Amino acid sequence: MKKVLIPLVLFIGLVVFLAVGLKRDPREIPSPLIGKPAPEFSLFTLEGDTKFSPADMQGKVWLLNVWATWCVACREEHPVLVAFSEKNQVPIVGLSYKEIQPQDPAYKSPFDDKLKLARERSQVWLKRHGNPYVTSVMDLDGRVGINYGVYGVPETYVIDKAGVIRYKFVGAVTPALLAEKILPLIAELNKS
Amino acid sequence: MKRVVVRVAMAMSLVLFASVSTGREAVPMADDPKLEARLVDISQELRCLVCQNESLASSHAELADDLRQEVRELIRSGKSDQEIKDFLVARYGDFVLYRPEVKPLTWVLWFGPFLLLVIAAIFLGVYLRQRRALAAPAALSDEARERAKQLLKG
Repeated sequence: MKKVLIPLVLFIGLVVFLAVGLKRDPREIPSPLIGKPAPEFSLFTLEGDTKFSPADMQGKVWLLNVWATWCVACREEHPVLVAFSEKNQVPIVGLSYKEIQPQDPAYKSPFDDKLKLARERSQVWLKRHGNPYVTSVMDLDGRVGINYGVYGVPETYVIDKAGVIRYKFVGAVTPALLAEKILPLIAELNKS
Repeated sequence: MKRVVVRVAMAMSLVLFASVSTGREAVPMADDPKLEARLVDISQELRCLVCQNESLASSHAELADDLRQEVRELIRSGKSDQEIKDFLVARYGDFVLYRPEVKPLTWVLWFGPFLLLVIAAIFLGVYLRQRRALAAPAALSDEARERAKQLLKG
């Protein structure tokens, strides 16, 4: 009797193993940047000729949200962020990632023209869909994105008062993720 | 005559559509073939984060283009292969390497298959021994032999 059960147990074990493997999201790659200081940068903002760098947020817990007007998942995520920003719980900084794509005819135009066009497009988009950001920075060539390990837009980072990355999420933020993961983390980081 | 016209039209439309479907323009190769060779060498060892099962060398994803550009610049600034890999690992994690470093965190990955093989070999050994024990002819006792003889005589 016992012997008969061995293959069954092995089979169930295999099924559980494969089921867990299927449920896991292959896009979820643990970021080595968690627990490390947020990479420094200084980029033009969306609003005007000022620059923003993460050091400006020293002493605050904040979110960095990577987005672009061409990004489909961002559109899905956007109402969630807008509703969240209306509660004023945490400042959200946008990182406009490669707004002008390589297939765009404007891709090869001079930096200033690209910046102007990217700003126009982004502002139109934010006017239409709502603006959850205290500011957005323009990462036209995606170099800052590389320093943050961005590989799929949207991505969201939680950065603490000391400027250390505490959490990273790849994909569209959902109300459930905000309520279960991000808000408790922010509350905890604000205490310290 | 009509047939010829149709054929020519078909051939022309083929040419037209072929030119439409060529898609994205090729990314220009850098001028320095030596640098390009090193880039290929390094990026074959690196995973494209977007397609995951393609190397950075063969991927057409946009991020792969950007990362290859980044690697080119690191090569130009005189970084060693190891330094370039470290640069990418610091940003994207061990996952970016096709041959991750051997360290406690990756032991399961490196040695797990061998461990499974050893366990399987032990099971096989135990199983074969049991089977041999079952299959081995049991020695006949004298009494049983006597009885068999009687039976055979009928």
